Amino acid sequence: MNPFKSSSNAQKTKDRIVACVLAALTYVILACTLFIFFDIAKKGLPVLMPVFSEKGGEIFNSDFLTRMPETLVDYTDENGDKQSMASTDFIEFTKANPDAVIENKKTNAYSGGGIAGPLVGTALLVIVCMVVALIVGVAAAVYLNEYAKQGRFVGMIRLAIMNLAGVPSIVFGLFGFAFFCLFPLLPVFTDAPNIEKSLWAIPLFGGFLSFEGWGNSLIAGGLTLAVMVLPVIIAACEESLKAIPKGFREASLALGATKWQCIRTAVLPYATPGILTASVLGVTRVAGETAPIMFTAAVALKGKLPWEEASGNGIFWLSDLLTDSVQAMPYHIYTVAARIPRTDATSAMQDGSVFVFLLMVMSFASVSIYLRIHFRKKLKW
Amino acid sequence: MVTTSSQPTDAAEIASASAANNPNPIAKEDSMIEVDDVSFSYDMGKTNVLKNISFNIPAGKVTALIGPSGCGKSTLLRCLNRMNDLVDTSKVTTGQIRIMGQDINASDVDPIELRKQVGMVFQKYNPFPKSIYDNVAYGLRIQGIKNKSKLNEAVEKSLQRAALWSEVKDRLNSSALGLSGGQQQRLCIARTIAVNPRIVLMDEPCSALDPIATARIEELIAELQEEFTIVIVTHNMQQATRVSDRTAFFYLGELIEYNDTATIFANPSVRHTEDYVSGRFG
Repeated sequence: MNPFKSSSNAQKTKDRIVACVLAALTYVILACTLFIFFDIAKKGLPVLMPVFSEKGGEIFNSDFLTRMPETLVDYTDENGDKQSMASTDFIEFTKANPDAVIENKKTNAYSGGGIAGPLVGTALLVIVCMVVALIVGVAAAVYLNEYAKQGRFVGMIRLAIMNLAGVPSIVFGLFGFAFFCLFPLLPVFTDAPNIEKSLWAIPLFGGFLSFEGWGNSLIAGGLTLAVMVLPVIIAACEESLKAIPKGFREASLALGATKWQCIRTAVLPYATPGILTASVLGVTRVAGETAPIMFTAAVALKGKLPWEEASGNGIFWLSDLLTDSVQAMPYHIYTVAARIPRTDATSAMQDGSVFVFLLMVMSFASVSIYLRIHFRKKLKW
Repeated sequence: MVTTSSQPTDAAEIASASAANNPNPIAKEDSMIEVDDVSFSYDMGKTNVLKNISFNIPAGKVTALIGPSGCGKSTLLRCLNRMNDLVDTSKVTTGQIRIMGQDINASDVDPIELRKQVGMVFQKYNPFPKSIYDNVAYGLRIQGIKNKSKLNEAVEKSLQRAALWSEVKDRLNSSALGLSGGQQQRLCIARTIAVNPRIVLMDEPCSALDPIATARIEELIAELQEEFTIVIVTHNMQQATRVSDRTAFFYLGELIEYNDTATIFANPSVRHTEDYVSGRFG
């Protein structure tokens, strides 16, 4: 007789069913994720690497990454085959072959060329955003965690920061538009002040310092994104600071360090890995946001890369770069997905953009994971 | 008078009983630290965790503070280099602490300068996750000393004084966290004495160490007492008898008895001290 024999089969069955349901629901998430990745890769990979497409082709389509977006022309040639090419290529083609048969010619905005402009624009937006967000965020976190007396006022500040994290991104976009684009006290360096908008124009360095607002610009978009990502950065910094053992601070202060010396030499160096990891995750978030930049920074079409377009020298060049609008990946995807009909000709730009963007964001996330593992190994106490 | 305890004996009663037969045996002139009627609170004076403590700590000797957990001995130690300033709501409510004759809570005293003279070694050894060299040089570097040969000299001297030099001289640039617990604590002592303080405060420096490492630290304390005034908080009464010249017994925030260590342990004048040092309670 087995004294440990199960007394209730019903209980056992119930237990098994619960385990199965929980497992099934978990795998549903995994299935969704895999399906999304697989679908995007299946459609997008052949655009970047035509060798994987049905027709075959070159191994790597570098044009897609290095050319600016432009209008796509598609037509039927003398053999009845469908052809499509970017409009500049089409103009050259017709010049070279004036007798070519071109029938059913159609033009599709934004769908030709490559995505160099949006890629560069997103990179610039992220750089401006993170520089500002890190400086302000780390400063705020250090103040809240190390200097401020913990009381009702600091509690209210923390609550405000948490609420900021819950504001919808479109609201940030409108705020950014009102504050960074239109607010006339924001100065630009320019050779030719905008007379209608400018409050004052002060002659400086052979040009003018004109108070006319920043308009639809890289800096307005970057700052709007910075405001949006600040709560994330501050929370992450505070977590990192709290994880530093009290013993480091006490040892430092007991050796006669001032508060700032203590923070600079015994706290911040050890909080850096955490701050870095969090900010890379922040980058992933701001890189993907559409709403905050659609009023403040992004345009659908540009002829040149931002630094090619900026004019002037020194501070005028920098000012021109920062106050000019940019293309951006999320906005580009929105444009080609929502404003362009999907045809055989246009789908390449649509699928390719999404695929490259996904790769971009995933690589940011991988960097974050790598940093976390790397520093965790190196800095242990 | 606050009596918060369900302990068998009322601390206030014991203290008043002891006051009469406990003459303060240290002449004012010889004392490095004078604690004069000090009360201290962690909550802006609502409740005092130290109550009217008065005693003088002699220069060039080892003074042990003993007593059961929560009796205020660590708090008192942290008053001596104003580490309690880190707690926003802490406050010395009565009395004065004078070090070398100066009231250390006076408005013109800079706690940074005070801490350069009054070093501290903590209960849990806490070297920075830097190299051994950088740990010892830390205090000098924050004082702005950059001269390489000066730093080298100070690091070597401090490690020698902390009896650690022979063990680490070949790996000064490797991480301090690779050392054993006892070595890490001696490194912390080296780091503290590198800035040449007058006084070294030790807050249960051996409580996280094994007996062999403890013995080495105790030897070190005996050697260091020639150069520094040492105040040590300890839970271990044998340790107090081994390392200290004088012992103060605290109970519930009051100083019950203060005398030569030999007297405290062999012939205490207060019954309560005797109960504690003989292990009947605590």
